[in-house]
Amino acid sequence: MPEARSITYAEAIREALDGAMASDDAVFLMGEDIGVYGGAFGVTTGLLEKYGADRVRDTPISEVGIVGIAVGAALVGMRPVAEMQFSDFTANAMDQLCNQAAKLHFMYGGKAQVPLVLRAPTGSGTGAAAQHSQSIESWLANVPGLKIVMPSNAADAKDLLTAAIADPNPVVFLEHKLLYKTKGEVRTESSSGGLGRAAVAQEGEDVSIVCWSAMVPKALDAAGSLKDQGIDAEVIDVRTLRPLDRSTIVESVAKTGRLLVVHESPLTGGFGGEIAATVTESDAFDFLEAPVKRLAGMETPIPYNPGLEKGVVPQEEDIVKAAVEILAG
Amino acid sequence: MGDVGELNRTEATELLTTMWTIRRFEEAVDDLFARGLLHGTMHLSIGQEASATGAIAALEQGDYITSTHRGHGHCIAKGADVTLMLAELLGKESGYCRGRGGSMHIADLDAGNLGANGIVAGSIPIAAGAALALRQRGSDRVVECFFGDGAANEGAFHEALNMAAIWKLPVIFICENNHYGMSMAWTKAVAIDRLSRRADAYGFPGVTIDGNDVIAVKEEAGRAVERARSGEGPTLIECLTYRHKGHSKSDQNLYRTREEIKQWRDKDPTQRFARVVIEAGLLDAATADRIAEDAKQKISTAIEEARSGPDPTLVGIEDETYA
Repeated sequence: MPEARSITYAEAIREALDGAMASDDAVFLMGEDIGVYGGAFGVTTGLLEKYGADRVRDTPISEVGIVGIAVGAALVGMRPVAEMQFSDFTANAMDQLCNQAAKLHFMYGGKAQVPLVLRAPTGSGTGAAAQHSQSIESWLANVPGLKIVMPSNAADAKDLLTAAIADPNPVVFLEHKLLYKTKGEVRTESSSGGLGRAAVAQEGEDVSIVCWSAMVPKALDAAGSLKDQGIDAEVIDVRTLRPLDRSTIVESVAKTGRLLVVHESPLTGGFGGEIAATVTESDAFDFLEAPVKRLAGMETPIPYNPGLEKGVVPQEEDIVKAAVEILAG
Repeated sequence: MGDVGELNRTEATELLTTMWTIRRFEEAVDDLFARGLLHGTMHLSIGQEASATGAIAALEQGDYITSTHRGHGHCIAKGADVTLMLAELLGKESGYCRGRGGSMHIADLDAGNLGANGIVAGSIPIAAGAALALRQRGSDRVVECFFGDGAANEGAFHEALNMAAIWKLPVIFICENNHYGMSMAWTKAVAIDRLSRRADAYGFPGVTIDGNDVIAVKEEAGRAVERARSGEGPTLIECLTYRHKGHSKSDQNLYRTREEIKQWRDKDPTQRFARVVIEAGLLDAATADRIAEDAKQKISTAIEEARSGPDPTLVGIEDETYA
């Protein structure tokens, strides 16, 4: 049996970066304040000392430049791992990400590859307000050519980042800030199965709670509370939004007959709609015993006040309440 | 006029051949479009052959370029197969991008052409990134980055030039100032008299040259390539030139006068270079004429071959989105 150790999500990401850099000279990091500072959330701490300033490259505050230079380096065979200090800043770099990185392979008839990873801390809960707290996955989910990964725990963070760096395509790797300090067991061998595989985080029979990123631990806590009320919830961790593991979701709902999708980003145009449509278009539709339910962020930017900030995104009690309502019919 | 510097007969022949090939290629695709045999749109660089030809002539095997929406000339100068280019413009499976890219997206990675780009300034950070990768790998190869006067006002230009400067990247920024960003005169889009002055802001040399003088372009690019190769960092070369045709196929030329267009036609870089090499005795008139005629014939043959290529199908197309 491989050895299991308990480390934080941030440490797991660092281990994945360290491992990739140690095994492949083509891997290098670039971003704002990732060197001496260690990144805004300390994720890259210690890597500058180990690999030097050429491979742990501090950049000016130039998001277009960061992503564009990563695209160019990737085109000629490097494997850059670029960091957006906050996922919100990806807005500055959208051309390089969505018009360049995502499209070059297809547009150039399959001759070019853009094996880059764009890491970005995402999500609310740190009191940083509207321009440092949003969830951007739905912006990117409609862009063929990108892969989108949103790990919910330390083991997946390590495995999926390792897989993302090895992938020949551009991968956006969104790290939830509230998860950085959460601990979990990681193994020396990957157990995630690579990109594009959802996980059954908890098995259950009565309702499928489909979620990702920081909503997964909340859903697992909610499942514990639901258990006390006699409701046996299954929690599906989507892990990779693109490519989406539709079959794991469909199989779960076919079994439980009920679907609750939970995400932090606002409801309208959110990725929950894609999950809901996937289920209603599938054979699982015949097994539905209740209308599909989406629980998502409110239709606002993330507010500053701590009570408001918490209030606009789903919390454990909201998930419990929604699941109970679904079961009540 | 008449000064050919250190140019020899072979080099003169190569330069003139490239320039006429670009010219004949673009005249031919303009004609195909007019006859309804090409769809979509295209951006012709007729009148700008000297900057693409001269700058790329300063490169060696293994060096790279990035190109623009007006990129046929760069592509040909970097050694592309015109039959594959024409097949791409015709949307054929046999084209450079299997008919997925078209005129604005031709890449020829094996030849060091990292691709034309439909986003103004989109390829400038990409060129800097390729240069960074070359540096990190210990290579002495360099990247020439082509863009127009319009691109110099994009944020991507400023971010990439600054980053290339602080890291002394082996990249040569070649601004083909053809006087208009679509319809907007470059003099209305900036408050400076030379776009090359932008280089001052980032701490590397910038120079403005006659972009219709292929010899001058080659010599200036040669100095910048040498600088980049020896680790001294980037250079910005502003090539003053002019596109004889409109911005794209929708252009009615409402923003410029017939007189202005005529003035620049009189400064046609390809005919001018032919005259210069004849005057200098490097080529005789008959040879120069034959180069132009051969280029026309080569394109005609390539069109016939390209048109016979297979059309692509939708089978498996979603699987091509990812590598």
